[in-house]
Amino acid sequence: MSTTTDVRGPATTTPPAAPPKPKRRRPKGWWLPFLLLLPAILFELLIHVVPMLTGIWISFTQLTKFFIANWGEAPFVGFKNYTVALDFTSSIGSGLYKSFFVTVGFTILVVGLSWVLGMSAAVALQGRFRGRSFFRTLFLVPYALPLYAGIITWKFMFQKDTGAINHFLFDNLHLPGDKPFWLIGGNAFWSIVIVAIWRLWPFAFLMLMAGLQSIPTDVYEASAVDGAKPFRQWRAITLPMLRPVNAVLLLVMFLWTFNDFNTPYVLFGSTAQPAAGDLISFHIYNASFLTWNFGSGAAMSVLLLLFLLVVTGIYLLFVNRRNRNA
Amino acid sequence: MRKRAIAAAAVAAAVSLVVAGCSSSGSGSSSSGATITYWASNQGTSLANDKQVLTPVLDEFTKETGVKVKLEVIGWNDLQTRIQTAVTSGQGPDVLNIGNTWAASLQATGAFLPFDDASMKSIGGSDKFVKTALETGGAPGKPVTSVPLYGLAYGLYYNKKMYSDAGLQPPTTWEELVTAAKKLTTGTQYGFSLAAGSYTENVHFAFINASQNGGEWFDSKGNPTFTQQANIDGIKRYLDLMQTDKVVNPSNAQYDNGVQAVNDFATGKVAMILSQNNADASIVSNGMKSDQYGVVPFPAPEGAKKIASFPAGINLSIFKNTKNKDAALKFVKYMTSESTQGKLAKPYAVLPVLNGVKPGFTDNADEAATFQKIYNDMTKPLPLVPAEDQFENTVGKAMNDMFAKIATGSTVSDADIKTAMQNAQDQVKQSLGG
Repeated sequence: MSTTTDVRGPATTTPPAAPPKPKRRRPKGWWLPFLLLLPAILFELLIHVVPMLTGIWISFTQLTKFFIANWGEAPFVGFKNYTVALDFTSSIGSGLYKSFFVTVGFTILVVGLSWVLGMSAAVALQGRFRGRSFFRTLFLVPYALPLYAGIITWKFMFQKDTGAINHFLFDNLHLPGDKPFWLIGGNAFWSIVIVAIWRLWPFAFLMLMAGLQSIPTDVYEASAVDGAKPFRQWRAITLPMLRPVNAVLLLVMFLWTFNDFNTPYVLFGSTAQPAAGDLISFHIYNASFLTWNFGSGAAMSVLLLLFLLVVTGIYLLFVNRRNRNA
Repeated sequence: MRKRAIAAAAVAAAVSLVVAGCSSSGSGSSSSGATITYWASNQGTSLANDKQVLTPVLDEFTKETGVKVKLEVIGWNDLQTRIQTAVTSGQGPDVLNIGNTWAASLQATGAFLPFDDASMKSIGGSDKFVKTALETGGAPGKPVTSVPLYGLAYGLYYNKKMYSDAGLQPPTTWEELVTAAKKLTTGTQYGFSLAAGSYTENVHFAFINASQNGGEWFDSKGNPTFTQQANIDGIKRYLDLMQTDKVVNPSNAQYDNGVQAVNDFATGKVAMILSQNNADASIVSNGMKSDQYGVVPFPAPEGAKKIASFPAGINLSIFKNTKNKDAALKFVKYMTSESTQGKLAKPYAVLPVLNGVKPGFTDNADEAATFQKIYNDMTKPLPLVPAEDQFENTVGKAMNDMFAKIATGSTVSDADIKTAMQNAQDQVKQSLGG
């Protein structure tokens, strides 16, 4: 019994045998936190965990229209949906593969440019000047607008013959050439990038602006005394001090953008889907709903989930290690 | 102990709250005093117009039977998804309109009430329906799960004045049609307008053009045969109206519903459109009079099969898990009665689906006769197989993509069409478990 005590050194004042554990009285009201958490846990289960598990289960079945009114009867097919989705020589696999690369390009551009815009605006509005709060409000407008209303307005503006963008470029600025299509063909990619940046950058701006508030001004003053110019200040002070904000901001923006469903769905409509703007969430939706093949769609969703988990894991590992080394 | 009881009660309360939230939508029992939900498809010039047309008709039904009807009008681009969601969740309307081409597909889900002998009798018996129309109600050999409500067929609408100014006769062959369209395409005007961004319109004409060549989309076992040469040729012919004949404005690739093309026609921007007979309402509402346009059957190439349409139309279905079966059957009987059909024929410009009823959708006798002839003698039904809607979705979407490619300056070759059809076929095959 007392053999374990020698690691603790000579201080062996403990009695040779442990006395019977005194029955610890639970403090009054111990259950209150649990009760308060209960609704949240319940709804978390109901809204996130249960559907996710259901989705994983569906991905192993052949849930097609023949079973859709009675899910339980859908036959179990093991990994078949996964092998089809990952067979890049088949048309279904190659469609997913192409959509994946479109989404990667889209995400890099949207997150990168949104961050640059957000950072520029946040830094520009860091100092006090007249009209600062006006610009702050103005820049947040896209974030405050209802999503659908904003994107539908873009959809109108991107119309070929009647849209404001072509009208401005070709009727007002008199650019040479024919008015292009924006929502079909190759330009669809640029359209969706523009709309997504318009929607996302105010969030980057808001987060970075909040982050900048926490940097003490005397650091800047001290560096100015040492002769640091604004860009040097930004690189040597602002950027390192915003590191924790950036670490979270980039991750969140990456996840939102990679998963973006609303933008392509509203911009292109539920039936037309240009190959150039074929983002992966939208692709999976179409793969499920065009042919009522929910097993296949669920398998693709699980693959997407795994991919995002892996990327997030690697990213957090990398960021944490750098933080520890810093 | 007491505390545990409190916690258990809290859990129970939360669960029951959630469960109640999920199931609060179904209520009422059969017989009068019930309220049924009815999903109508967009048949009029707009969703608001549909509401206007249907409301007095539904009020009349409430007055007769005491059953209240909650109406929701749903646009064509959303209807199928809404039905899918309803089937999946089991939370649907009591009665709904479906595109009759989906009948066999929706029947396969098992979510709709089969009109067995008793049900059929309660709505007035199968004999009251035109045979061609009732055959669209489901797969052959099974009790139908939908009954015809409105009859429609495609026709080629042409602007009489533009034709006579150019010294042209209405086309009777595809070749004549292309020649006329080219002649009528001038700087400001196009020969043709197509709803080239609408997957439903596109797949219909993929089917009709392919059928003229003798193409089939499914074999006898219900497996897809999209890549047949006849199908590819038919699709190519239709795409070429924009691609090589250049009689269609490339902007049409963004027309995602038929009404936009109809508006172009009614406002004199184009000389011809392909449309179902319900276009009349939109044409007239745009200020074009019924004697200013003519209708002929959509012509086939010289020597090809004279197929101009499929027996299109709208059917009525009842959700199997309705809690108001009697009221729903009464409603179906009412909607398919001669008097209701008479009231709706004109505003919706639809062909009769009841035996012995004269077409009342237009005062133009020639037009009425032409459409009746197309419907009766020049149609081939879309495949009556469970995968029909998947055929519509995948091939329709492929057509949209190909028109988009053409409109943005690329070319679509036979090989491209074959690849697109192979792609569509693979998707349908996989969903059939192949």
